[in-house]
Amino acid sequence: MSRLASGGLIDRARRIPFAFDGRRLTAHPGDTLASALMANGVRLIGRSFKYHRPRGLIAAGSEEPNALVTVGAGAEATPNTRATGIEPYPGLAVFSQNRWPSLGFDLMAINDRLAPLLGAGFYYKTFMWPARSWERVYEPLIRRAAGLGALSGARDPGHDEKAFAFADVLVIGAGPAGLMAALTAGRAGARVLLADEDFRMGGRLNVERLEIDGAPAVAWAAAAVAELAALPNVRLMPRTTVTGVYDGHTYGALERVGRHLADPPEGLPRDAFWRIVAPRAILAAGAIERPIAFPDNDRPGVMLAGAVRAYVNRWAASPGATAVFTNNDDGWRTATDLAAAGVPVTALIDARPGVAPPDGPWRTFTGAVVTGTRGIRALRAVTVRDAHGERSVAAECLAVSGGWNPTLHLSCHLGARPVWDAAIAAFTPAPDAAPGLSAVGAARGAFSTRAALAQGAAAAAEALAALGIAAADQAVPYAEDAATTITPLWRVARTTGRAWLDFQNDVTTKDVALAAQENFRSVEHMKRYTTLGMATDQGKTGGVAGLAVLAELTGRSVAETGVTTFRPPFTPVPIAALGAGGAGRGFAPHRDTPTQAPIAARRAPLVEAGLWRRPSYFPAHGETTWREACDREVAMVRGAVGVCDVSTLGKIDVQGEGAATFLDHVYANTMSTLPVGRVRYGLMLREDGFVMDDGTVARVGPTQFFITTTTAAAGQVMAHLDFAAQCLWPGLDVAFVSQTDHWAQIAVAGPKARDLLAPLVATPIDDAALAYMGCAAADIAGVPGRIYRISFSGERAYEVAVPARWGAGLFDLLVERARPLGGGPYGMEALNVLRIEKGLLTHAELHGRTTADDLGLGRMVASAKDCIGKTASRRPGLSGPERQQLVGLRARDASGRLAGGAHILEPGAKAAAANDQGYLTSVCWSPTLGRDIALAFLRDGRARTGETLRAVCRLRGLDTAVDVVAPPFLDPDGGRLRG
Amino acid sequence: MRYSALQILRNALTGDRDWRPVWREPVPKPAYDVIVIGGGGHGLATAWYLARNHGLTNVAVLERGALGMGNVGRNTTIVRANYLLPGNSEFYSHALKLWEGLEQDLNYNVMMSQRGLVNLFHSDGQRDAFARRGNQIRLQGDDADLLTREEVRAHAPFLNFDDLRFPIYGGLLQRRAGTARHDAVAWGFARAADLRGVDLIQNCEVTGFRIEAGRVRGVDTTRGYIAAPKIGMAVAGRSSQVGAMAGLRLPIESHVLQAFVTEGLKPLIPGVISFGMGHFYISQSDKGGLVFGGDLDFYNSYAARGNLPMVEHVMEAGMALMPMIGNARVLRSWGGIMDMTSDGSPIIDRTPVDGLFFNGGWCYGGFKATPGSGWCFAHLIATGAPHPAAAKLRLDRFATGRVLDEEGTGAQHNLH
Amino acid sequence: MRIACPLCGPRDLREFTYRGAAKLLDRPAADAGPEAFDDYLHIRENFAGPNPELWHHEHGCRAWLRVVRDTRTHEFLATELAHEGSR
Repeated sequence: MSRLASGGLIDRARRIPFAFDGRRLTAHPGDTLASALMANGVRLIGRSFKYHRPRGLIAAGSEEPNALVTVGAGAEATPNTRATGIEPYPGLAVFSQNRWPSLGFDLMAINDRLAPLLGAGFYYKTFMWPARSWERVYEPLIRRAAGLGALSGARDPGHDEKAFAFADVLVIGAGPAGLMAALTAGRAGARVLLADEDFRMGGRLNVERLEIDGAPAVAWAAAAVAELAALPNVRLMPRTTVTGVYDGHTYGALERVGRHLADPPEGLPRDAFWRIVAPRAILAAGAIERPIAFPDNDRPGVMLAGAVRAYVNRWAASPGATAVFTNNDDGWRTATDLAAAGVPVTALIDARPGVAPPDGPWRTFTGAVVTGTRGIRALRAVTVRDAHGERSVAAECLAVSGGWNPTLHLSCHLGARPVWDAAIAAFTPAPDAAPGLSAVGAARGAFSTRAALAQGAAAAAEALAALGIAAADQAVPYAEDAATTITPLWRVARTTGRAWLDFQNDVTTKDVALAAQENFRSVEHMKRYTTLGMATDQGKTGGVAGLAVLAELTGRSVAETGVTTFRPPFTPVPIAALGAGGAGRGFAPHRDTPTQAPIAARRAPLVEAGLWRRPSYFPAHGETTWREACDREVAMVRGAVGVCDVSTLGKIDVQGEGAATFLDHVYANTMSTLPVGRVRYGLMLREDGFVMDDGTVARVGPTQFFITTTTAAAGQVMAHLDFAAQCLWPGLDVAFVSQTDHWAQIAVAGPKARDLLAPLVATPIDDAALAYMGCAAADIAGVPGRIYRISFSGERAYEVAVPARWGAGLFDLLVERARPLGGGPYGMEALNVLRIEKGLLTHAELHGRTTADDLGLGRMVASAKDCIGKTASRRPGLSGPERQQLVGLRARDASGRLAGGAHILEPGAKAAAANDQGYLTSVCWSPTLGRDIALAFLRDGRARTGETLRAVCRLRGLDTAVDVVAPPFLDPDGGRLRG
Repeated sequence: MRYSALQILRNALTGDRDWRPVWREPVPKPAYDVIVIGGGGHGLATAWYLARNHGLTNVAVLERGALGMGNVGRNTTIVRANYLLPGNSEFYSHALKLWEGLEQDLNYNVMMSQRGLVNLFHSDGQRDAFARRGNQIRLQGDDADLLTREEVRAHAPFLNFDDLRFPIYGGLLQRRAGTARHDAVAWGFARAADLRGVDLIQNCEVTGFRIEAGRVRGVDTTRGYIAAPKIGMAVAGRSSQVGAMAGLRLPIESHVLQAFVTEGLKPLIPGVISFGMGHFYISQSDKGGLVFGGDLDFYNSYAARGNLPMVEHVMEAGMALMPMIGNARVLRSWGGIMDMTSDGSPIIDRTPVDGLFFNGGWCYGGFKATPGSGWCFAHLIATGAPHPAAAKLRLDRFATGRVLDEEGTGAQHNLH
Repeated sequence: MRIACPLCGPRDLREFTYRGAAKLLDRPAADAGPEAFDDYLHIRENFAGPNPELWHHEHGCRAWLRVVRDTRTHEFLATELAHEGSR
């Protein structure tokens, strides 16, 4: 194995140093890692998955199952990367994997000696004794042995991107068919995207010794690419694999943007994942050659015939003395091409009797098969059997062609099944396999160059016609038009020894035979039992041969046996590319309130509240715990005045002649009777009768309401209102818009709330002008806004609303003015304590499984009108003593600790599901009551006030005596609210 | 033939000559005592427990395709018993106990691996909600522990503790949860049932029911009419279509759920990790692939495949939660069709047709239920009375309002 | 998947939220009784084939759409504004 003296599409003038397992080697621009390794004489590149057999290159394309390496080290280490897809750059360091201690000497190769014990599915039949030893003994051993490469476990430092693209025609593959299709569509002015896996477009034109219109095919391809590059309506996407076909003419594609660069520019992504929308797509992905199963056909040096001549023709990388083994005419090309390049060809072995292979400087065998190979880490010789018996032929490389499989995978992604074509002994894409997608050339089973060019042009013309784009007829260039001549040969008969079908997963013909013997005869059963086709190539190399062997063993045709399902992605896609943008805080947006700046200035720790970030508490000088701050803030609100941003509440402006009727439909209670200038607590049910949300409804005009939702349910309620208005009552004159982000809303709560606010509000806010549950438009510190006399704390309270841009200023002003009154800001912790003391609800209680009756709000469901959820709320399972009802719990002793999520048991009851009485939803230390209190749901709870029960949290080791009380814990008559 | 290490050794010496078919290929008889429609995990488990627990072996399992190729062959293999609501809680608890002895019971290694499951939480409120669940699990007699952030870090140091959009506050751990090899579960039940004489009939699609005077008499199939006085449906994913042939109208929508597996990697993920805020969960197979998934695609579907928005959402969640997995490559994606009920919980019950029993609506909880479902469904078919562990999985609970809504999302099938 | 919103044109699936069967448009009358609501809320024809259903262009124009889509192929056969659809 070495570099040939001349030829190849490589730049011999420039040298690229790289390292394989620490060994320093040299590549040239134009090389892949695979071609460079071959040119450097490296044969042993990896180890197989199960038996740890030595493995070298089989293929030259993305189907390569053996030559997987880890690129780079440390956090950037990228395991399981195909050597055929890596472009060497200076400093590239790759490492072999799945071997210990070294690639040359791998102790796990002991598995190969144990192979008779490790046949298909052996693990289903053993490792069951003694019971419970699977996790402790067997599984850890298996897990350690399994896997290919390793992730570092460190954060992936790479940068990837995602993008959308739109085109009239997407052409997948830039070989003869794809180039001709792109030229035809591009010349007609269509927006064309041409994507190809390779960094150099041209497909097989770059690797074969072919002529097009009398000139070398390589030159024709280069000219075509140049013409396409010059067309403004054509976008060339080399290094781009179309990975999946999805609904709505949408395609996924992975572009390797910066992976081939030693020193990518700042900000250049490593990969880009594209979603391409194209009404028409042309699948010109070529074909993949398949191996033939014969004993020890997995040795390094046994390769696919087309790949061997690709390495010679495109990369001038010699595989060494080569024998060719084929069942079809195409294999002959490898012999002639190699001989032309000066590579010794020792034998041309054709399985077909009576054929006349070309003459050349080799021994020709017809009606002959390879029955074995020799050499440990590299091939030395093959055994050939023909009518005259067996003999050994020296070979460092055996080029095998079992025929070609159209690369039709993408055509199956929407569920179509491929169709068996006996004439070429291959599956071909079903017609109309995916809307708008047509397969051409080798991908459709037309293997000649001329057919590829013609079909590419024809498919593009058809696409243009469908798109209504006029196009001139394209002359199809002249090229070889050889017929496909093949006699299927899947496995060499009358041999002993293991013959591989799936090289990476070590699945041999014996495994398939065992599957058939054990009645795993369905192709899906065979696949799953043997793991054939489940390796990183997903059966691209050995899949069809495997099912053909199964067909032979079970006496069925290949067509009857069928194929397993091809699913996305076509080749493996990094999670980082598909998930680009998700790392860190990018996963979901975060929302800041209009008062974020003054809150941050007061060093309040922020907590997550849905997508919002809200202040937890406002630490004062000398405070060391959140509890100190929280207790102080609660006392401040109860004793003086507190200021709290509540802008995160959902806010919806509802207007129209039908607004009142509409709200009657969507709220359980009646809103049409609400006078202008008044606010009402509103309860919204889902149509299934459970509580959806609560909030306030303010009537700000005869036909205008302003409603609030909880922070958590703002989006859900808005969608619900859209549904109600458009789908249920489309005749109503009502319109509404979310104003959540438009208004800054700030609660001012406490006995001195009015003292704080009155000087800032232009209009009177005394109890006569603005009684509890009143609302009014108001000029607030010179800004037009609104004021609502509502309370979420149990104290006299107002919520003042101003346009969002004034929120920060108003918050600052209120906090500043509160200080002389003994007040200040309060955060979520204090807000929560205040509302629990008052028995008010959040989504801890409104968790989607509670009913109005559970909450003690059953009477709010108005009897005089229908509303969403009313009928279903009357189902027997939604009310009554069988349900758990909202109660308050007080720790019996001041030292008794309660915890959210604790369950309720009766004194002396055993901790068992049958004895469960309920659970605690919201818990706090009440500085007002001097003990822990909780809101809870208790079976038949309203009837049990005064009982003493236990709050038991076994997860936290708590078992605390509690008294059942009727909420609220404070001011049951609401005197403090009203002033 | 009993499977054992010794048997493997013996066969290794004789060239694997003695391994016998895992199941026969019986020709359908004209009549059986019981027909189970559906040769998936639940149908096969039902057949096994009919034979094992009730001595019923004149039983046929009718499968329209190949055995075990429905959702039992395309799930993410997670087994757990960490439910919140009575009804589900006792049912899945029962199932987990059966999983723990399944290998010995079936003489088949289903690779039940109890390496634990952690549900992460990201706020004080979520901690309380998970504590409630954990206490319920304990009351049911199963295991649950509340982990602190530092305990989660010790368990899975590769999670994003630095800048995750929803910071990790801790997790709820169930140590007895884990994974099993999904295909092996189907094959193990099939082989065990076949050995007891149950006829597993593949490529036999039910095309209609014969019902006389409100009582089921048998089924028409692509392989002829087959009579039985008792017929159980276990065809989750196609329940509405098969049910409609018997006049059943069901509270079910069919939805596609996607899942993903990466190329094989050396072991690095302990047990199962679930990131509820990101609708993302992950484990690592014994073969080394990372197996993960997320939410439904949300639209009704009978095409076992999904679309990119959910693919990308799942991957983004993965990158958010464990930014070390960026360099792992997705090898394969697939979709399964879920029976989504309107409360997110399953149904094992009689139907309005005498002799016809229904098992379905598994949403995406079907795999972990497999032995429990089979056990309880066999009990219902054999005795006519619900098994206590499945007594709340009733068909009439939607009408009465006694729904089992774990998610609290209400009567919308795709939100569970 | 792309949906042709009658107001916005063809848009990516990401902009839409799926609700369920189009029968949700036919809310029973207030006095229809519990069985009618049980059917409305829970029971689904769940067609394997053309399925009338509701989508919300939630991250677009916020129109509710009545769509007929084949659940076997995901092909959209008809798309109209929900309140303009034949009821």
